[in-house]
Amino acid sequence: MTTVQPPAATRPRPAGPPVRRTRRTRRTRRSWTGWGFIGPFVLVFALVFLAPLAYSGYLSLFRTQLIGGTTFVGLGNYQQALQDARFWDGVARVGLFLAVQVPIMLGLALLVALALDSGRLYGKDFFRIAVFLPYAVPAVVATLMWGFMYGTRFGLVGDVNDAFGTKLPDPLSPELLLASIGNIVTWEFIGYNMLIFYSALRVIPHSLYEAAEIDGAGQWRVISAIKLPAIRGALVIATIFSIIGSFQLFNEPSILQKLAPNVITTDYTPNYYTYSLSFSGQQHNYSATVAIVMGLLTMIVAYVVQLRGMRKGA
Amino acid sequence: MSSTATTVARPTRKPPTATPRLRPPRRNTSRRSKRSILLTALTGIVLLYSLLPLLWLLISATKTQQGLARSFGLWFDGDFALWDNIVETFTYNDGVFGRWLLNTALYVVVGAGGATFLAVLGGYALAKFDFPGKRAVFAVVIGAVAVPGTALAVPTFLMFSKMGLTDTPWAVIIPSLISPFGLYLMWVFATEAIPGELMEAARIDGASELRTFFQVALPLLAPGTVTVLLFTTVATWNNYFLPLIMLKDPDWYPLTLGLDSWNKQAATAGGEAVFNLVVTGSLLTIAPLIAAFLLLQKYWQSGLAAGSVKE
Repeated sequence: MTTVQPPAATRPRPAGPPVRRTRRTRRTRRSWTGWGFIGPFVLVFALVFLAPLAYSGYLSLFRTQLIGGTTFVGLGNYQQALQDARFWDGVARVGLFLAVQVPIMLGLALLVALALDSGRLYGKDFFRIAVFLPYAVPAVVATLMWGFMYGTRFGLVGDVNDAFGTKLPDPLSPELLLASIGNIVTWEFIGYNMLIFYSALRVIPHSLYEAAEIDGAGQWRVISAIKLPAIRGALVIATIFSIIGSFQLFNEPSILQKLAPNVITTDYTPNYYTYSLSFSGQQHNYSATVAIVMGLLTMIVAYVVQLRGMRKGA
Repeated sequence: MSSTATTVARPTRKPPTATPRLRPPRRNTSRRSKRSILLTALTGIVLLYSLLPLLWLLISATKTQQGLARSFGLWFDGDFALWDNIVETFTYNDGVFGRWLLNTALYVVVGAGGATFLAVLGGYALAKFDFPGKRAVFAVVIGAVAVPGTALAVPTFLMFSKMGLTDTPWAVIIPSLISPFGLYLMWVFATEAIPGELMEAARIDGASELRTFFQVALPLLAPGTVTVLLFTTVATWNNYFLPLIMLKDPDWYPLTLGLDSWNKQAATAGGEAVFNLVVTGSLLTIAPLIAAFLLLQKYWQSGLAAGSVKE
């Protein structure tokens, strides 16, 4: 997954701060003073976000060849990308990954968050911090660790086979590798998503529970009728960020590559493909195009999820 | 963290009549609902899943390279080699691991520290000032978060290489300076934590805008600031993709890239396998972050709670 996984940032909301309007307008004056404070952020933001984005779009319209140099090709690169089987194989792979791994991860995170919130656990604080800890582990270390454990000869899988005479399948075999990567990503991010859900559960007004109790609602009814609807926003946000993360899958396959060189090819995921195109193949223009197409795909899927998630039962 | 810590650390300046944001400490619930051994045991499965790999790492760091191969993964080998491993990790290859550690520290202090500073300033501006173009700034920043980092990585690299920045620390630091999530969190936090009346009072007393920010606003923003700092620190400390494309010179590697290179060394022709150092180095890499999260949990958990208030 990617390095930054902000939980709450793309929440669609009006630009006003969440205080009541009347109060706000009374206490703030419209002036340029605010720019003194936001200016530095905007400046760096333009340099590391907007400029590369524009440059990316520019690059994607050209093609560089050994003979003939750089020529303007219009949308030619895009045409090539849309017909590129290597690209679409990668897209299908992360699509499958997304469809299986994200529900499992978010489901587990939600169950733990609900268990914590129910107040029925022994040692709740320990649970919360311990399940969260893997988030502090870099993807590199997590992958190296799991990579060692996956080994059938010297790893934990091998140990278990020796000790119990079992014949566990090789997690690094072509059939299982994607699932093994899914396991690493799930391990890394359960606690993080759990924390998002748990924080959202904590702010449900207590009066709702009291009302439910008076009505004789049981625990499950409270969960389905109060808790889940109340944290819908958090669920949608977590889903969207998991989708973006899955579509950008790179670190885990890139680090596992040496352990399973025949399975993980240079086009294993779209992100891996753009990386290889650019840094092994020197095809910067085409690489930028593939990245843009993938970016657009991600945004479309995230947007659809957001629309559906917000509409359902709302 | 106890529930009281949550309420204390959260901004409490608002009059109590405002919508109750957090449930009060859960005295009622815990009196009502009984603790369940079954639920604890079930949740314990996820707990084990989360902790076992870390336990494996801790145990494996005490083994020699031969020990790693011959002993059971979740129990100790005969030789206890943790101290030898740590010493060897720091001395191998002329102590390059120490260099990577310092590089990481540099990227974190300047990158994550700078990102936090920019986010605090920006969040404060969005929360407390009305300025021309505010809506546009907000829309662009929030919209840009949805852009996958991938689409940016290659063009950023090409841009930086034209500017002569690749293979220098700046190539890693500058992109780390922007944290849209940090900006968002500080915006929410500042809106609630700083009463406008207090700023007005400071202004009437003749304090300049800068002074108002540093002496009135900044102290009130502390829990939010710690939260953003921790999360930007994790992002920078754990960064792999960005340094991977930006840096060629191992002398500028952060820990993540360095560990990866040690691990891959075994697969290259004539490369020496140093798996015990990879394992011990991994442990040393995660130890500071885990310590920081444990020690500062009161702050970041309350900061996150504030961020989720807006559901």
